[in-house]
Amino acid sequence: MKAIITILAVAALASVPLWLRDPYLLNALITTGIFVIGAMSLNLLLGFTGQLSLGHIAFFGIGAYVSALTSLGFDIGLPGDIRLVHAPWPPIAGFVLAILVAGLCGYFVGLLSFRVRGAYFVIVTISFAEVVRLVALNWVELTQGPLALTNIPSIALPLPGFGELMLRTKMQNYYLVLVVALTAYLLIARLVHSHFGRAMRGLMENETLAVSVGIDVTRTLTIAAVISAAIAGAAGSLYAHYIRIIDPEVFAFINTVTMVIMVISGGKGSLAGPVVGGLIFGLLPVALRPVMAPEAQWIAYGGVLMAILFVLPRGIVPSLALRFARRRSGKTALAPVALPETGVKEPA
Amino acid sequence: MTARSIAMTIDQVAVRFGGLVAISDMSFTVGGGEIVSLIGPNGAGKTTAFNVMTGFLTPSAGRVTYQGTTLTGLKPHEIADLGLIRTFQRTSVFPNDTVYDNLLIGLHRQGRVRLLDAILGLPGARASERRLRLRASELLEWVGLERRAHDAAGSLSYGEQRLVGVALALAAEPSMLLLDEPVSGMNASETHRFVELIRSIRDRGITILLVEHDMPMVMTVSDRIVVLNYGRIIAEGTPDVIRNDPAVIEAYLGHGAGRA
Repeated sequence: MKAIITILAVAALASVPLWLRDPYLLNALITTGIFVIGAMSLNLLLGFTGQLSLGHIAFFGIGAYVSALTSLGFDIGLPGDIRLVHAPWPPIAGFVLAILVAGLCGYFVGLLSFRVRGAYFVIVTISFAEVVRLVALNWVELTQGPLALTNIPSIALPLPGFGELMLRTKMQNYYLVLVVALTAYLLIARLVHSHFGRAMRGLMENETLAVSVGIDVTRTLTIAAVISAAIAGAAGSLYAHYIRIIDPEVFAFINTVTMVIMVISGGKGSLAGPVVGGLIFGLLPVALRPVMAPEAQWIAYGGVLMAILFVLPRGIVPSLALRFARRRSGKTALAPVALPETGVKEPA
Repeated sequence: MTARSIAMTIDQVAVRFGGLVAISDMSFTVGGGEIVSLIGPNGAGKTTAFNVMTGFLTPSAGRVTYQGTTLTGLKPHEIADLGLIRTFQRTSVFPNDTVYDNLLIGLHRQGRVRLLDAILGLPGARASERRLRLRASELLEWVGLERRAHDAAGSLSYGEQRLVGVALALAAEPSMLLLDEPVSGMNASETHRFVELIRSIRDRGITILLVEHDMPMVMTVSDRIVVLNYGRIIAEGTPDVIRNDPAVIEAYLGHGAGRA
C-alpha cells in the first residue's frame, strides 16, 4: 500500500515537465524542490532526534557558497602576504565539496552543542547561522559581500564518451532536483530504518533508558547532524547553480523558518511529511500571488498554517495516517503513527 | 556459600549533594552469579547507589570496580558496554514504540554495523538485522510477552512495562543486571512469575543486584542482602540473618515501636 503510493507519487512528480510548460510554474517547482530537500534534512534532526536546528539555513548557504566559489574560482589575500588562488573547477566538483564542507560544519556544530543539547543546540545553531551570514557579508574579497556572487555556472554532468551535458533548461534542472531529492529521501529512509535509526528513536523517546542499553548519545546525534548538514549543503549547491547568483541574504532566518514550517506542517518524524509540507508551503505563495495583495498573501499563508495545525496537529502525513489506520482496524494504533514508516515486521 | 569470583566491588563510596549526604560510606562486594539485594527505607540511598554504579552519578569519594575495571569517569553507555546493565524505577520503556521495537532498540549493542553498510543494505547489515529480529523474539518469549509484541509499550499495564524494562536490559546482553524496584506495581501472581524470571536469568550466569521494597520477595530470591539506612550499611548477610537483625528491625519499624 505504502509502496504503491510512493511509486505513484514519484511517477506523478516525474511527469510534471511533460505537461507543465509554463516556465514560471516550473521555476517555482524547482526552487520548492530545493527547499524540500532542505526540509528533509532538517526533519532528520528535528523529527528523528528531536533536536531543533534553528540555523539550518547555514548549512544550505555554506553549500551554496562553497559550490559557487569552487566553480567560479577566487583570488584572496591571507594574513602574512599569502595569496590563495583557486582556478575554477567544474560545478560538479563544487557540488561534492559543498556536501563535504557542510557535513564538516555539521560535525563541529554537533560536537559543540550535543554535550548539552536541547535549548543549547537551538542557540548554537542560530548563532552559527548568524556568524556565517556576517562572514559572507563582510569578507568581500572572497564573497563579494552584498554585491553577490554572479554568473555561477550551471551544473554540467560529465557523460563518458559524449563530453558534458550542461543543465541549462528548466526541464533539465527539474529532473536534477528530483533525482537529488529522491536520493536524499532514500538515504534518510534507509538510515531511519536501520540500527542507527533505532538508536536515534530511542534517544528521542527516553534518553536515560537509551544510554543504559549502551547507546552513545553524543556520537549518534553528531552523526545525524553531519548527514543532515551534508544534505542541506547539497540543496544549497543546487540552489546556487540553478539561481546562478547568491548573496548573504541566503542565510536569512526566514529561510530556516520556512523549512521548519514545511517540516512541522507536513509532519515531523515522518519521511513523507517534509515533502508534503514543503510542496504546500513552497507553492502556496505562487498560488496566492495572482489573487491577493502582498500583505494579504502573508496573512493567508499564516492562516493556512494555523488551519493545518489546528485540524491535523501532528502534521498532515502522520495525522492522516492515523485516521486511515483507525478506520481500517477500528483500534488506536499509536506506534506506527508517531513514526509511520516503522512498520513492525513479523518476528522471524 | 562457596568462594566465587568477585564481580563488583563498591569501595568506600560516598555521595554528597551539597550539604546533603545521600551515601556516607558504602563498601560491599557482589560475587559473580550471585543474587544480592540492596534494601532500606525510602531515602536510604539505594537508587543513588545504582546511579553511581552505572555512571549516571559521579561519587564524591570512593570507587566502584566491575570485573577489574574502575568505573569512575566512564559514561553510562561505556559502562553498559562492559556488560553492566540496569533497569529503572519509572522510565522503563520507549513508550511510543511497540514492545518488539523496544527490544530491537535494546539490542543496540549486538547490532552495531557500519553505517554505510546499513544505508546500502549490504548482506552483512541484513544478516545482522535478521539476527536481531530472531533475538528479539526469543527475549519476548523469555519474559512471557509474546502476545503483547505489537502493542505500544506505553499502552501496557505497569507490571508488563516492568517486564519490558527487564527484557530491554537483557537485550543488552548483561553479565550483571541491576534491577531497580522491578516488582513495584505488580500483583502477587505477577511477582511470583517475576521471581522465577530472576532465577532463570541467574541460571544463565548473570549476576543480579536488586533494589526492592517487597520484603517477602527479597527474602525468597536473594542469596545475600545488604541493608542501607541514612546512606550507611547497617547490616549484611543471608536472608535469615537479616530477618533477625535488631538494627534492621529498628530501621524499618523505628525504635519507638516498642514503647508505643
